[in-house]
Amino acid sequence: MSAVETILAPQVQAQEHEHEVLPFWRQYIFSEDHKIIAKQYMISGIFWAILGAGMSVLFRIQLGFPKASLGWLKPLLGGWITETNNLDPNFYLALVTMHGTIMVFFVLTAGLSGTFSNFLIPLQIGARDMASGFMNMLSFWFFFVSSVIMFYSIFISTGPAAGGWVIYPPLSALPQAHPGSELGMTLWLVSMTLFIISALLGGINYITTVINLRTRGMTFDRLPLTIWAFLITAILGLISFPVLLSAALLLIFDRHFGTSFYLSEIYIKGEALPNVGGSPILFQHLFWFLGHPEVYIVLLPALGITSEVIATNSRKPIFGYHAMIYSMIGIAFLAFIVWAHHMFVTGMNPFLGSVFMFLTLIIAIPSAVKAFNYITTLWRGNIVFTPAMLFSIGLVSLFVTGGLTGIILGNSALDIQLHDTYFVVAHFHIVMGAASAFGFFAGVYHWFPKMFGRMMNQTQGQIHFWLTFVGIYLIFFPMHYIGIAGFPRRYYQFTSFDFTKSSFADLNMFISIAAALTFAGQFIFLWNVFYSIFKGKKAPLNPWRSSTLEWTTPVNPGHGNWVGEIPAVYRWPYDYSKPGATEDFIPQNVPYSQTTESNFPHETALIAEEKNMLPYSPNDQFRTEAH
Amino acid sequence: MEATANATATLESNLWGGGVEPMKASYGKLMMWFFLISDTFTFSALLVTYGMIRFSFPGYDGPTADFVSSPLYWPIPEKIFDALPLLHGVTAPLIFVGIMTFILIFSSVTMVLAVEAGHRMDKADVEKYMLWTILGGAAFLGCQAWEWTHFIHGTDEGSVFKQIVDGKWVEKTIFGANLTENQYGPAAFADLFFFITGFHGTHVFSGVILNILIFFRSSTGFYDRRGSYEMVEKVGLYWHFVDLVWVFVFTFFYLV
Repeated sequence: MSAVETILAPQVQAQEHEHEVLPFWRQYIFSEDHKIIAKQYMISGIFWAILGAGMSVLFRIQLGFPKASLGWLKPLLGGWITETNNLDPNFYLALVTMHGTIMVFFVLTAGLSGTFSNFLIPLQIGARDMASGFMNMLSFWFFFVSSVIMFYSIFISTGPAAGGWVIYPPLSALPQAHPGSELGMTLWLVSMTLFIISALLGGINYITTVINLRTRGMTFDRLPLTIWAFLITAILGLISFPVLLSAALLLIFDRHFGTSFYLSEIYIKGEALPNVGGSPILFQHLFWFLGHPEVYIVLLPALGITSEVIATNSRKPIFGYHAMIYSMIGIAFLAFIVWAHHMFVTGMNPFLGSVFMFLTLIIAIPSAVKAFNYITTLWRGNIVFTPAMLFSIGLVSLFVTGGLTGIILGNSALDIQLHDTYFVVAHFHIVMGAASAFGFFAGVYHWFPKMFGRMMNQTQGQIHFWLTFVGIYLIFFPMHYIGIAGFPRRYYQFTSFDFTKSSFADLNMFISIAAALTFAGQFIFLWNVFYSIFKGKKAPLNPWRSSTLEWTTPVNPGHGNWVGEIPAVYRWPYDYSKPGATEDFIPQNVPYSQTTESNFPHETALIAEEKNMLPYSPNDQFRTEAH
Repeated sequence: MEATANATATLESNLWGGGVEPMKASYGKLMMWFFLISDTFTFSALLVTYGMIRFSFPGYDGPTADFVSSPLYWPIPEKIFDALPLLHGVTAPLIFVGIMTFILIFSSVTMVLAVEAGHRMDKADVEKYMLWTILGGAAFLGCQAWEWTHFIHGTDEGSVFKQIVDGKWVEKTIFGANLTENQYGPAAFADLFFFITGFHGTHVFSGVILNILIFFRSSTGFYDRRGSYEMVEKVGLYWHFVDLVWVFVFTFFYLV
């Protein structure tokens, strides 16, 4: 008890660092502080999420009610509602494309990784800020400009890109192929190029910060699993995004300068195009070399957040800490050698297909290790059902459900049947879309007190969880059946056959209603966030009684995060409910010499070394500034 | 005193233990390394593209002496890149590109010397060798400009290709290469040549700009005031990387 209290009391020590007061625009707009940048990413992510999810409701209206008169949407969509009061089919394709692009890149990559990597890395490893605050700021503003261009593309007269979020050529390469392949596609490519630059600037910063700026005592096997997840995510992005950059640049040349990297032997309206020698399959290879790791770029941060939240709220150490790390590394490694499982139907050699199938199915092993570790962590824990905990448990559920259909789709024999049907849509929305979104929600609910110094409303959080959790299953479970029945994705309507009209029309209608209600449920979250920023209950120092370093900072951490010296770290981050301990958690910065009642023998042996711990961190960024 | 002694012992015994920079690499140097890893993948993707398109075409299988360009098969590089500036009509297979490559690799050597001078805090030597490096880089870019110009203008005779235009076979003489037609072989060959050497040239160009910046800052005494010439080392890493990439580009386009 006493040990914990000593450490939690804010350290009041003389600090040499001059605290200059920055003008408003340097402090809140072009800020180099990782906490502000994290909030900027969070707000942008939420903005894009409303837009992206809103688009899905629009095209769900079309799919659920294909004959309905949509004149009432005219004030919103204008010319995209035709004279017969239907949704313009071209705009339907654009909606699907933009929904995918926005959700995958702008919400779940920038919004999730950008928010929590920025916010948590310095706070949990014990650093004053990111390695380069300037590059971090640059990363956000590249993302911002990229966002502005993508947003602008929604409003141009030919509409935004419409070739699907995977932008396969030749559809995306030939402006005459589709209105969306005109200016919309150009803007898409420009925007994504800037986005990639932003992702690289951010990623390089995250990796370097984790390697170089850990506080004294914070060895790699004392890092919280969140940090491990962010580190591995950043490495994935660093290696895979440049390949998309190359693919996009080549596509720009095909579109604007007459090259034929992806084009060969194409007839349009009976006229042969001069392009020969390229290969559209080449684009798919390059795209999916990014595209598959991207799935884990989206999911791993959510898994990291879940590890942290589940351990804290089960009041138990995470089960299999090292196994968790190894399985994340395993998943990350495998992510690079399975990309062609998205391309089983491109006519690839069946033997090659078997190789990719085999490698794909291996991913089930590290994934199952993680799922079992979450469940065993929950097993017989003193579970506290905070909203963050509910969303984390929900994530585990989605991860298992979506993972099972992943095993089905990983088999080439089955995938050839199910390829591009709603079964695939259901699979990846559960395992990657919804699961990562749950990670985002869990993260916001859990670290909101640290971000804004106030608490969110728990009851509203719990209502939000149940609406979302039930809603997600109501939307995506029926979708599996529609997919097995053979409905292809990205089709405007399915009214040409009798069987689609009778039995599956109601299922589609059901999904659309569930989607609209689930979307509506998210406004509870929005209200909760924005109300609590200003009017929430004041947060205590460590509301979840968590053992990681961010809770040793003041309630509203200022520039540099800690007042006085950065705390040293003596133990791993999961000392919850340790036998013999007076409290059910021991923060990382409590030395073993202060917890003799609960030490294991090998920990008692470490007490002798604690005297050697430096009184300060030589890599403290404020210290280097001083000399 | 005792605490300090203990502290040093801890630092040395536990480099990865936190509180210090492992491998003693500053964050800037680490960032450069990670940037280079990511750039490796950018170039790898382009070279994979080259490989995939290259091998979708048949090679020329007749005797080398009888080689004529055709859009139906991939050209033999030494038959294409065989000109020298100011020596019109001389056949010198791969001599010019060899000189270019030598210049670039030599500029890496002078960069190493500049970095070494930086470690010694020898301002004059850093300036001297940076100047040589800038010169090497600029010379390489100049060579590339000539190479491109020659490639674009083509040979005096051009190549006579049979093509289908509007459903009819027509014979057409093509001079030089651009992104849509190419007298030396398939248009894809020229597309890849312009894109990949151009992308590499852009990297060299940024490198030269960075080198000029380093030279400027070093000659104004900026690094002396800062007490470290590490920036020379960081830009040096980039410069070596760009050279290394050229070795691969050279191998792909000129040797295989």
